[in-house]
Amino acid sequence: MSFAGTPGLAMDPECSRLLPALCALLADPRQPVADDTCLEKLLDWLKTVTEAESSLLVLQENPCLMELLLHTLKLQDTSPRVLSFSLRLAGIFAAQEDCFQYLQQGQLLLGLFGEAGPLGRAAWGVPGVRSGWAQGLCSLAQHPSALQFLTDCGAVDTVLSLQGDPSLFVASAASQLLVRVLALALHGGTGEQPLDGPPCAQRVVGHLEECLRSPATPQVTRALDVLSSVFGCCQGPWTQVLWARLSPAVAHLLEEDPVPAAPVLVGLLLSVARSPAFRSSDCDLLAQALNRLGPIHAGPLALGVLKLHCCPQALRTQALRVLLQPLACVQKAAVQPPGAPGLLDTAGDSSAMVATLLSKSSCVGLLCQTLAQLEELQPPVGGARMGTGLPGAETTSPAAPAEPLPWPQAPLLGAVTMTLRFCNGSAAPASSVGGRLCGTLAGCVRVQRAALDFLGALSRGMGPQELVTRVFALLLEYLESPDSSPTVLKKAFQASLQWLLHSLGPPSPCDLGPQIQLFLTELLPVLQKRLCSPCWEVRDSALEFLAQLTRHWGGQAGFRQALLASEVPELAEQLLHDPESYVRASAVAAMGQLSMRGLHAIPEVPEAQRLFLELLHILSTDSEGFPRRAVMHVFTEWLRDGHADVAKDREQFVASVLRAAGRDLDWEVRVQGVELALVFLAQTLGPPGASCPYAVALPGAAPPGPPAPVVLPTLCRAQLFEFAFRALFDCDRAVARKSCNLLLLLGAAVDPCGASTEVGGGPSSASVEAALRSWQAGGQGQPLGQLEPEAVVAVLRALDLEGLRATLAESSDHVERRPQSLLQDMLATGGVLEDQADCY
Amino acid sequence: MKLYCLTGHPTLPCNVLKFKSTTIMLDCGLDMTSTLNFLPLPLVQSPRLSNLPGWSLKDGNAFLDKELKECSGHVFVDSVPEFCLPETELIDLSTVDVILISNYHCMMALPYITEHTGFTGTVYATEPTVQIGRLLMEELVNFIERVPKAQSASLWKNKDVQRLLPSPLKDAVEVSTWRRCYSMQEVNSALSKIQLVGYSQKIELFGAVQVTPLSSGYALGSSNWIIQSHYEKVSYVSGSSLLTTHPQPMDQASLKNSDVLILTGLTQIPTANPDGMVGEFCSNLALTVRNGGNVLVPCYPSGVIYDLLECLYQYIDSAGLSSVPFYFISPVANSSLEFSQIFAEWLCHNKQSKVYLPEPPFPHAELIQTNKLKHYPSIHGDFSNDFRQPCVVFTGHPSLRFGDVVHFMELWGKSSLNTVIFTEPDFSYLEALAPYQPLAMKCIYCPIDTRLNFIQVSKLLKEVQPLHVVCPEQYTQPPPAQSHRMDLMIDCQPPAMSYRRAEVLALPFKRRYEKIEIMPELADSLVPMEIKPGISLATVSAVLHTKDNKHVLQLPPRPTQPTSSKKRKRVSDDMPDCKVLKPLLSGSIPVEQFVQTLEKHGFSDIKVEDTAKGHIVLLQEAETLIQIEDDSTHIICDNDEMLRVRLRDLVLKFLQKF
Repeated sequence: MSFAGTPGLAMDPECSRLLPALCALLADPRQPVADDTCLEKLLDWLKTVTEAESSLLVLQENPCLMELLLHTLKLQDTSPRVLSFSLRLAGIFAAQEDCFQYLQQGQLLLGLFGEAGPLGRAAWGVPGVRSGWAQGLCSLAQHPSALQFLTDCGAVDTVLSLQGDPSLFVASAASQLLVRVLALALHGGTGEQPLDGPPCAQRVVGHLEECLRSPATPQVTRALDVLSSVFGCCQGPWTQVLWARLSPAVAHLLEEDPVPAAPVLVGLLLSVARSPAFRSSDCDLLAQALNRLGPIHAGPLALGVLKLHCCPQALRTQALRVLLQPLACVQKAAVQPPGAPGLLDTAGDSSAMVATLLSKSSCVGLLCQTLAQLEELQPPVGGARMGTGLPGAETTSPAAPAEPLPWPQAPLLGAVTMTLRFCNGSAAPASSVGGRLCGTLAGCVRVQRAALDFLGALSRGMGPQELVTRVFALLLEYLESPDSSPTVLKKAFQASLQWLLHSLGPPSPCDLGPQIQLFLTELLPVLQKRLCSPCWEVRDSALEFLAQLTRHWGGQAGFRQALLASEVPELAEQLLHDPESYVRASAVAAMGQLSMRGLHAIPEVPEAQRLFLELLHILSTDSEGFPRRAVMHVFTEWLRDGHADVAKDREQFVASVLRAAGRDLDWEVRVQGVELALVFLAQTLGPPGASCPYAVALPGAAPPGPPAPVVLPTLCRAQLFEFAFRALFDCDRAVARKSCNLLLLLGAAVDPCGASTEVGGGPSSASVEAALRSWQAGGQGQPLGQLEPEAVVAVLRALDLEGLRATLAESSDHVERRPQSLLQDMLATGGVLEDQADCY
Repeated sequence: MKLYCLTGHPTLPCNVLKFKSTTIMLDCGLDMTSTLNFLPLPLVQSPRLSNLPGWSLKDGNAFLDKELKECSGHVFVDSVPEFCLPETELIDLSTVDVILISNYHCMMALPYITEHTGFTGTVYATEPTVQIGRLLMEELVNFIERVPKAQSASLWKNKDVQRLLPSPLKDAVEVSTWRRCYSMQEVNSALSKIQLVGYSQKIELFGAVQVTPLSSGYALGSSNWIIQSHYEKVSYVSGSSLLTTHPQPMDQASLKNSDVLILTGLTQIPTANPDGMVGEFCSNLALTVRNGGNVLVPCYPSGVIYDLLECLYQYIDSAGLSSVPFYFISPVANSSLEFSQIFAEWLCHNKQSKVYLPEPPFPHAELIQTNKLKHYPSIHGDFSNDFRQPCVVFTGHPSLRFGDVVHFMELWGKSSLNTVIFTEPDFSYLEALAPYQPLAMKCIYCPIDTRLNFIQVSKLLKEVQPLHVVCPEQYTQPPPAQSHRMDLMIDCQPPAMSYRRAEVLALPFKRRYEKIEIMPELADSLVPMEIKPGISLATVSAVLHTKDNKHVLQLPPRPTQPTSSKKRKRVSDDMPDCKVLKPLLSGSIPVEQFVQTLEKHGFSDIKVEDTAKGHIVLLQEAETLIQIEDDSTHIICDNDEMLRVRLRDLVLKFLQKF
């Protein structure tokens, strides 16, 4: 947690007043110790304080802090929790050099961190104390004096031993401290000089070198971890010298069989490759690593290499080969359709790769990893060109601004469809490896999901017509197959949608191509069947797919014709009554889309009106929140996009919807109600056709529109005010904030007209204000009845909306998050301040 | 130990196991696919089926036109349907001691065996198996007997005639053994020979072996069987399921440590996932009914139908099908629905616990109560009054050759609004539909087979680790239509032994031990001698008494007195001779020390050769060989008895005597 930048977190007099009692409480071993969370918050706050003002000043103005540290030093039976806290506190203060000197005067720091301190006590056995010690030193190691101190108190040896601590937290803190020591010690060094830092740095570097050459993998892992952090966070020229010294030892690791600590080694190599320490000669090391590491570990390295900004083309080609290898193996294992391009032109598969693919668990893991990595590398639309193999085509990729990455789109399509064919049992194996793959991949849901994700991503680059035909055929098989699990089916729907959308390019009124038309003819019966599935997840995915497809293709004549000839719209409408709330929500969204595009209208029935009443019924009566939220989204969209039937009587439509939404118990429905009101307001205020409410979200930016006398009665008839005023005092802050913004916008728009004469008929502004007060106090109040524009204006003027907005902007726990509150709570826990604790 | 394979059918097995001195028949499956060659038996006069043209040979010879009819481009036998029986010639079936039934589908040939082969033994089966098996037989007999057919075709079965016929009649196997359906009387007589058993009950067979049924998880009361003696264990796995459907879960643990595991009754549709198929079933059913069409589900009156009804119970409301009537038509429909509710102890835990609520275990009770599901014995009678369309009809027989289903195929086949959904995997749906072509109604094939698939089998075998696996040959190679799917076969080490119809397998293990009891008095008299730490030996002189396959060592009779009476004398004459026993030797001969000993005793020129089994010590001078092996020592010398005795004594020095 961080308090940085938040006002009210400084060391104010109130905090200074509470602090001595708290320090006394912490120093008293008989008192119950505050829990770790409170101590963490206290440290966070004090850290913020020291960052904002002089640590020395804080320490001098609050001598109780110093007393606490001294007390900790003296007492042997301080609780481990408080001891750890004090160590970290001392470290935070000593981070500033003047304060460090101040603390050193009394040898306080040496006492805390030296051998006479907790190191020698029984409390050292508690992991929290050890990690507090390491974290304290880590905070402290910020200035040159600290370096000498570390040497003087013999901390380096202790840190080195803590690296292998059984507690992971301690080991991690020790590693961070080592990184800090190196950064501090070598900071001044230049790239040209040999590594000649102070003795403690020499000691650490020597230790790391020793670890790298150790036969024990845990030691190698620890050294690699530290070095990854060093090269990840330090940029100085000295890192080049350090790498020059340690890289032979790292290269040596790659010669071992198997390569020890491979995942961490990959992390280090990538850290180095991204840092200034990387030299062009290190490319050989990366190439060697790509060559030597097993397929599972070489993949992440290859992905990292391909994402590097500066990298020779040869290395990138090698990395891409490594990434493509598993899919190439799968592709080779199957009898391919004639003319299908191969992914890689290698003669044989590496034995390690074959071994990995032959074991079920590693095969599935490797393929899922490879597919996800390739998906990450996928070039943007238009970036990919058809390639028939690796070398050759020069295309662009976001991952490689320096050198364009050849993207073998067509072979990849072939390979991924082949993988999916192995998964559904329709691939014919061409080798014994293929035979085993049949058994391993048949019905494997994980690989199917990953492959369908990647196949969907590949739609951006399309491919040769013949392959695209094959892709559609395969997708249809997956959508059709009773054996596709609900999650696989969802992915198949998503992939199909992407292929359909990309195959047509940007929306255009022209007809669909014959291939897509054919696909649709076969797809719609499948969709019908899926909408009738007994498995709700399947019905849900089918409806989502339908909604998306309609959103994009609702204007396509071919699509409209095929859809209207099918039973899909009727089936979708039936699902408005599905027993599963998620399905009802998706059905609402789909029906909303179908209705928007006029794909649900049967000429002789006023269909949209019936659907509107049906959706309104769901909004008023559905016991679950999801369908009601979906209805609000649909209504907002209908209003925004000018649904033909809504446009006939917008005011009546908005009034009915807001009436229902205002009564809803779900705050998200009410927020969406305000959103709908905003859209309506924007449409009413703005020029005809303006439909973007966000453009006028700020009061000052309101465009000139029709005058208030025209606007206000419209808004009144739509009962917008009653809804907005009620929402203003909603118990959920999000609703109130949004409503406040709406009223501010409205106020700014109507204020210039200044008409405020009260006319009889509706309730007076006084009675409205009374009702508002009642709502503010939390009561339900009486319905306002028909509001008159004049009364509304009067109320808008009377309300301090700006003030309300400021109040609402504060988070609901802003009181509890104040440092005073924290100090009071901690004191209350110790029984010092029983009556002043915040209850939350 | 031998296994006689009488059907070779993977899911309708009938095998005979000869084990110790018992002859055990494992299941009694009846292959009904033969009926697909016959014309359907219409319940209501069908002008189409009764006016089919007779079939004649290419040369115009029409001597078969009474027996064979042409229908929809295929040739069918116009006769009472016949079934392909298990082999009756491979082994004398009157010698079968017991028949073990594993589930109600695997007992349909029982009347043929118990009533016509001289069988005099006992049949063992669980109560639900017998009751539901009875329903299946009753339904079958009823279906066939209620459409009497005057003629029984036999001319076409003549081998010389058969080869002139078109496929598939030409290729039909064992047609001479095909028989008409049994009668109800034979069914009753066969079922009276059944003895009911419960899971884990141990049944002694002649003291030689013990048989135990175990839950197999496939159907109500379905069992696997353990057949074991004191030292051997054979497991018979037939029709098992690991899916959570209505029956008790499968007992896998008890199958461990088998010497032989006979594996039959795996899923017939290894690539289809039952859950997916149920989804397919529901979706197609809903789509048809929504369009005003009817759905016909040809099925057996028990088994998967319970699960389908349960699934529909949950589904119909969500799919808006609450008002659509479901009809279950079978002569045994009522009994089947009611029986399923009373076998609580044979159900899965979830359903068992409902009984204590108290609630019926299956929700079809509620469907019946709310009139959503109605059942009738046949289309005649009440059904015709209540019949409303669109509707869903569950009825038999899945072969589409007899039963009420024939009527619905004739009635609904012409409209493309209707759908027939095949859920039983026993028959090829295309062959079943052949006499109804051309067909306008939609056909959906979603076979639901909950039996083990190959992945589950592979896990099961790893878990129970039998020494040998025996299975039908179909399981040892991928299915012909998917020859590349090496995962669709049994993969185990050592490779599974396979069998086919009419084959006799010698099972690959020899019995090496027999348990023998020692009478307490005899045991008292033994004097064990420890020959190495932890191992003691004692010589036993006793009489082996064997009765009912139990072996007991008893004290030998006391030595007869020299002055015994005639009677006693006679007794002792009957007893085996008790010769003076030579001491027993044990231990091994260390060759080096033996050679040293020989040298000490004056033998020279000794050579030692290593052989595969031990050593040969060659005394070249004396032209003598001493063969020393693990379990024997031979001294070979020419006519020098003195030398042999000397050498023997030297050998004996290294051995212990007792």
